[in-house]
Amino acid sequence: MIRNSYFINIIRFVLLILVQVLVFNKLNFFGYINPMVYILFLYWYPIKEKRQLFLLLSFLLGFLIDLFSDTVAIHAAATVTIAYLRPTIMRFCFGVNYEFQNFKLTNTTRAQQITFLTLLIIIHHLVFFTLEIFSLENTLLILKKVLTISIATLILCLLLSSLFSVKKE
Amino acid sequence: MRQIINFILRYKNFLLYLFLLIISLALTVQSHSYHRSKYFNSSNWLTGNIYATTSNITTYFGLGEENKKLVEENKRLRNLLFNQKKEDSMQLDTTNITYRVIASQVIKNSYSLPRNYITIKKGSAQGIKPDMGVITANGILGIVENTSKNFATVQSILNTKSRINAKIKNTNHYGSLVWDTKDYNTVQLADVERLVPVKIGDTIVTGASSSIFPENIPIGIIKNFDLNNSQSSYSIDIKLFNNMAAVRSIYIIDNIQREEIIELEAKTNNDSQ
Repeated sequence: MIRNSYFINIIRFVLLILVQVLVFNKLNFFGYINPMVYILFLYWYPIKEKRQLFLLLSFLLGFLIDLFSDTVAIHAAATVTIAYLRPTIMRFCFGVNYEFQNFKLTNTTRAQQITFLTLLIIIHHLVFFTLEIFSLENTLLILKKVLTISIATLILCLLLSSLFSVKKE
Repeated sequence: MRQIINFILRYKNFLLYLFLLIISLALTVQSHSYHRSKYFNSSNWLTGNIYATTSNITTYFGLGEENKKLVEENKRLRNLLFNQKKEDSMQLDTTNITYRVIASQVIKNSYSLPRNYITIKKGSAQGIKPDMGVITANGILGIVENTSKNFATVQSILNTKSRINAKIKNTNHYGSLVWDTKDYNTVQLADVERLVPVKIGDTIVTGASSSIFPENIPIGIIKNFDLNNSQSSYSIDIKLFNNMAAVRSIYIIDNIQREEIIELEAKTNNDSQ
């Protein structure tokens, strides 16, 4: 069972990177909207796993995406930030429930799942575009990009997560 | 001592996060200020090969369009060749050649970021070196920034770090080509003095004071212009000839005399100090 979950996570890791860089980075909807679906890795990652490993994996995930898209380390910074904040966000979304031993993402309500995903995406995009544009003169541009691309990412993540949903056990 | 260890143990997650964040921020900030980030780019073996494989597959879907473009370019070049005035003797002496052209293909293109890079399928093994100019049949594309053995990354003109010397065609009024990140088919020509007569529709070409590009490579036409805040120079919007979203075949220009020029300039600078 444990080995199985490692296996699934490795497959997810590789597939999400490939899908991100080969499909979604080339989308350029309206010239600039490229949804970042690899955030789903952090959404799906098991809750009870070690946090250090999770942080390192998230860094690696972001960094590999950076290598492919020539953005040096911006994806890495944004991904590591949401990986660190994930327990806080989960406590906010699911209440104290999530600290129980038998807590599973599939047991929560749809609204809670969407809130969780939305918060991950918004924080990620906020960090990402602040670093990418790197000047406070363009605050409006940053907000515009964060808003539009967050919506695109959210829609695609919801579609993908309902396509490949973890089976209810 | 024990307190320090306790502190580290208690905040180990936070410290790890901080460590990783600082690494990524340092790399990012460094890449903003320095000329190039040598190792972390898509010209490396892993990303280059993945992009090359996928582009091998996807090029098949655009072959017809690509052929049409190449025939169009051949037609234009033939026209130039046939109408050229005959010289008494053909120049075959290779020592007089200044520019060498290498053909290649784009395997990864981006145009939605503020700092865009293009990855191409030739590298140091095929004679590509940093700071070579890259053009397409229609116009200018960028400058080679990093090379690996078989791949290279090109700093696109759609990059806030890019500054290329350009001029209004058939005049000697120069400016530098920059990008304001708003539209991927429009770039800006900065630092053109207000006394210069500027008209909408004028053609912009590369200038002579660059050792990277030959003079008179087309860039685009003036879309609109106005005097900027300080009223001393124009800000000019240029519509590019290239469709930056669909570049495939490219040419890399190697200026053979560039090293000599740089050496000479360095020597002059040293002497004047």
